[in-house]
Amino acid sequence: MTEFLQQLVNGLSLGAIYALLALGYTMVYGVLRFINFAHSDVFMVGAFAGLYLAPLAPGGSILGGLLVVSGAMLASALLGVTIERLAYRPLRQAPTLNVLITAIGVSCLLQSAGQLIFGAAPRSFPVIFPARALSVGGLDFSSNQVVVLVSAAALVVGLRLIVFHTRMGAALRAVSQNPRAARLMGIDNDVVIRFTFALGSALAGAGGVLYAVNYPTIDPLMGVLPGLKAFVAAILGGIGSIPGAALGGLLLGLVETFVGGSAYSTYKDAIAFALLILFLLFRPAGLLGKARVEKV
Amino acid sequence: MRHPFFSLLLALVLGGIVSALSDRIDPYNLDVLIGVGINVVLAVSLNLIAGHTGQFSLGHAGFMAVGAYAAAAVTIFLGPRLLGDAAAPGGLAENALFGGALLAGGLAAAATGLLVGIPSLRLRGDYLALVTLGFGEIIRVLLQNFEPLGGALGLNGIPAYTTVAWVVTAGAATIFTVGCLVRSSYGLGFLAVRDDEIAASAAGLDPARYKVVAFTVGAFFAGIAGGLFGHFKMTITPSGFDFSRSIEIVVMVILGGLGNTIGVVLAAVLLTLLPEFLRPVAEYRLVLYSLLLIGLMLARPQGLFRFRTPRPAPRA
Repeated sequence: MTEFLQQLVNGLSLGAIYALLALGYTMVYGVLRFINFAHSDVFMVGAFAGLYLAPLAPGGSILGGLLVVSGAMLASALLGVTIERLAYRPLRQAPTLNVLITAIGVSCLLQSAGQLIFGAAPRSFPVIFPARALSVGGLDFSSNQVVVLVSAAALVVGLRLIVFHTRMGAALRAVSQNPRAARLMGIDNDVVIRFTFALGSALAGAGGVLYAVNYPTIDPLMGVLPGLKAFVAAILGGIGSIPGAALGGLLLGLVETFVGGSAYSTYKDAIAFALLILFLLFRPAGLLGKARVEKV
Repeated sequence: MRHPFFSLLLALVLGGIVSALSDRIDPYNLDVLIGVGINVVLAVSLNLIAGHTGQFSLGHAGFMAVGAYAAAAVTIFLGPRLLGDAAAPGGLAENALFGGALLAGGLAAAATGLLVGIPSLRLRGDYLALVTLGFGEIIRVLLQNFEPLGGALGLNGIPAYTTVAWVVTAGAATIFTVGCLVRSSYGLGFLAVRDDEIAASAAGLDPARYKVVAFTVGAFFAGIAGGLFGHFKMTITPSGFDFSRSIEIVVMVILGGLGNTIGVVLAAVLLTLLPEFLRPVAEYRLVLYSLLLIGLMLARPQGLFRFRTPRPAPRA
């Protein structure tokens, strides 16, 4: 039982990071209907921004940690908006496939440029939050896991407030429901899309730092697998659905941690994709998504 | 290239000349040539799936891996038993064995393609891309965990059977088969499925069937390319067939222009030769590749080598 609870805690803290990433995928998919492959590399850049900002903030304190996370979120948001402006906006009218290929190109560019700029070797991430080993009722976990869970939860709640209780959030929902009708109502789609990228990328940046805090080495290719898995999580939850993305992320983190702790641990990386295929075959709308009928 | 037969003939004659002269060609150039040929097979076969049929696939390296492993398994485990010790190197028996191994690799990959083709019946666009990517990764993880074939360390000691003649033959056969398939009245169905799936089925075509056929045939040739690759490098590891390998093949197809066979062949040649010339700036190679890909999509989405007015690109 203790072991089960232990794995539950580990799974939730991994799942929280997947959830943060999945939210960015799901929001961009909501407004633009394509997979932003570069999202996973924004996550990586967020982690590196954290690495370079860490010496500037007081180390090992909650305030310092929060400052680093906010700095990384800002840097990632800027990167996300820049990518959208330079690579995706010129393709607004182009077929989905072209945008998808461009996104793959941007992703490769960030990875290879990251290897040149940051170096290809893994770097160790400094201690930015107070690190303590906690033990409650036989359960061992680190204060970092608590930090990850609490910050992820706070960010998700914050996102929900923005999306459901601000004018910009209403515009975002309108554009994702029907871009043309939204434009007729006087909403500037480009502004909304830029805002979506800023929001999603900021969450990815926070995810990057939190991931680095928990798994303390980072490298320019660190985003690839978490990114793909987070997109899987977004589909599991129902693409376009914000609570769905959070749920899918937690679910995937749990499943992966439990498989990783079992005799089949070497199959851990395949689990997400097997789940993806099963879901797309039997419930393509995901857990919380609505099935749509394509009109001719 | 009026008719695929001419290109087949041309390629085979060229291949004959090159392999007759292969003793006099610098081994380095010969290696580059083999690499070019393997990439041509991969790119043309992906072009059938992604270009002609419009099913964007990111798992081509997975098919290649299946072919490479199946072919290598045949030559390593069955070869010594069938050939005995007496077979002369480069002799008829050895080449027959290699032909059989390639065929086995192709068939194994085709079976996998069939398996991947089935979910593609229900998905399109980027969802399909993601599932093919997932399949590619699953194949890699399965191979990593399959100890009889070397597990994560890979398979070593594969005999070096791949020659220029084999590669040129495979390349010509791929271009010929894909060319004939797409030009035939049956093959117009691939284009119809790509252009508008709903209209195609309204016209009485079965899009599901065309998709599965495209995946199976495309995977078959990717498997053959994998077999050639394994018997060329003499060692294969699961991590050599990862996502980035698939992307490399996709870049070739995009660069050449989706559905444009000649363009894709040229792009495969160009992208295989480019790294050889770029050796001094090897660090920047991937940066250049990705900039090329982005620039191409922004400025020339129909591909580098399409000069006639392009048809409207397929809506995914």
